[in-house]
Amino acid sequence: MIFNKILLPAINETLYMVFYSALFAIIIGFILAIVLTVTCDSGLKPNKVIYRILDFIINILRSVPFVILMIAIIPLTKFIVGKSIGVKAAIVPLTFAAAPFAARVIESALREVDSGLIEAAKSFGANTMQILFKVMVKEALPSIVKGITLTIVNLIGYSAMAGAIGAGGLGSVAMNYGLYRFQNNIMIYTVILLIIIVQVIETLGNVIYKNLNK
Amino acid sequence: MIEINNVSKSFDDVKVLQNVSFNIDEGEVFGIIGHSGAGKSTLLRCLNGLESYDDGSIKVMGKEVKDLNPRDLRELRKDMGMIFQSFNLLSRRDVYGNVALPLEIWGKDKSYIEKKVNELLNLVGLKDKKKSKPKELSGGQKQRVAIARALTLEPKILLCDEATSALDPETTKSILQLLKEINEKFNITIVIVTHQMEVIKEVCERIILLDDGVIKSSGRVADLFLNPDKELKKLLSSDEIVPKTGVNIRILFPGNLSGNSIITSMARELNIDFSIVWGKIENFRQEVLGSLIINAEESDKDKICNYLVKKNICWEVVENDI
Repeated sequence: MIFNKILLPAINETLYMVFYSALFAIIIGFILAIVLTVTCDSGLKPNKVIYRILDFIINILRSVPFVILMIAIIPLTKFIVGKSIGVKAAIVPLTFAAAPFAARVIESALREVDSGLIEAAKSFGANTMQILFKVMVKEALPSIVKGITLTIVNLIGYSAMAGAIGAGGLGSVAMNYGLYRFQNNIMIYTVILLIIIVQVIETLGNVIYKNLNK
Repeated sequence: MIEINNVSKSFDDVKVLQNVSFNIDEGEVFGIIGHSGAGKSTLLRCLNGLESYDDGSIKVMGKEVKDLNPRDLRELRKDMGMIFQSFNLLSRRDVYGNVALPLEIWGKDKSYIEKKVNELLNLVGLKDKKKSKPKELSGGQKQRVAIARALTLEPKILLCDEATSALDPETTKSILQLLKEINEKFNITIVIVTHQMEVIKEVCERIILLDDGVIKSSGRVADLFLNPDKELKKLLSSDEIVPKTGVNIRILFPGNLSGNSIITSMARELNIDFSIVWGKIENFRQEVLGSLIINAEESDKDKICNYLVKKNICWEVVENDI
């Protein structure tokens, strides 16, 4: 009863929010990470201005608490989705919160690539794009997968928070039934479900990481 | 093949290269030696434009390296293979994939890549390791893969940056053997940066000795080792321990004299006693060179010296303060 009526739709909503915000965040984060890696001091095409501007924006976005960010960008959310409440609307702030995080973890994965490999690639005449995608991204892929796993797990936490202020999903169930109606059992179910989702994603991420590293 | 004229370079205030000039001929195995931090790796990287230089001129096959635009520089690098101390293989590609990478980058078609990679893996003796990942290989095997990779684009010059420094002596020998073979078979000019004496002796024809970015000596290896100047001696003689008393005389035997019984005949003819305190016979490519240090009484010094001069033998008094 409880499961079919309340929990199952909530799981669907949570997964929906997390899936799309993760997808957008990873795409945006990946592009940002590439630009950061290329333009940093030791990068393939150092460019202080571009690097500093991006670096600054990412740091600002990362230091704003998610709850505040969500409210602060309501006008933008309205502009993109047409409304500011609901599962679809939550995807916008979730993407905004996760993209800078994804950018940082992917950037650090790319920077870990041994500079000797880049030098070797240069020595047989690879150009910047080839070095980036044939060498750096390829070599960093396991670490990038790890970073993406981390981003998704973070997003699950954020999505629960978004749910608390009207986005739907497991977070809102926990708030509405558990907190406001004192139905402790439902609150515990949602927490257990969240734990299971996080575990499944962590395990999946690890399996992919190990396979890539073989 | 490579002309280097008055090249200087500094990082901030530190001068890493100062007025370096030398030429490397086609088909030659050329050594750049010196202690770590002497600027030799930087110099090597200037040759294929991985590093820039501030002053002077480096011409590789007639082209001034620093004047090349990115596209021409990549074309030049195609003609210059490079191998490294840390091998620098892609850990997520197997041996085949690593060797094939330069060919993929230059857009060669699949059948050509397959033919070329197999041919090179045969040459370096790793055709049965095609599917192995670098982490499953030993250091020597990794360097063989790196050599195969460096040869895929059929370069005219091979740059070796401390390529054997991370390997044990046996493996070093086999890698040097392979380099020699490549040099002879394909007439590829090889430039070797190293601090290892055995590398120089084994394969190099000519060397320069670099210290603090300055060329301290240069010439043919056999000549330099027969008649080492002060700088080279500093690098060479760290393993000689000679007596503090009496006089120490180093006798050098070029190849054709090595077999002569100069020591025993000297003792007989001069009727003096001396002891042999240090000795070494070494192979320099094809030539055999011997070096002995004898210790004698101070009073016998002139006799011995005169004898050696008369017999036309290279010798020198070993300074005790080394």
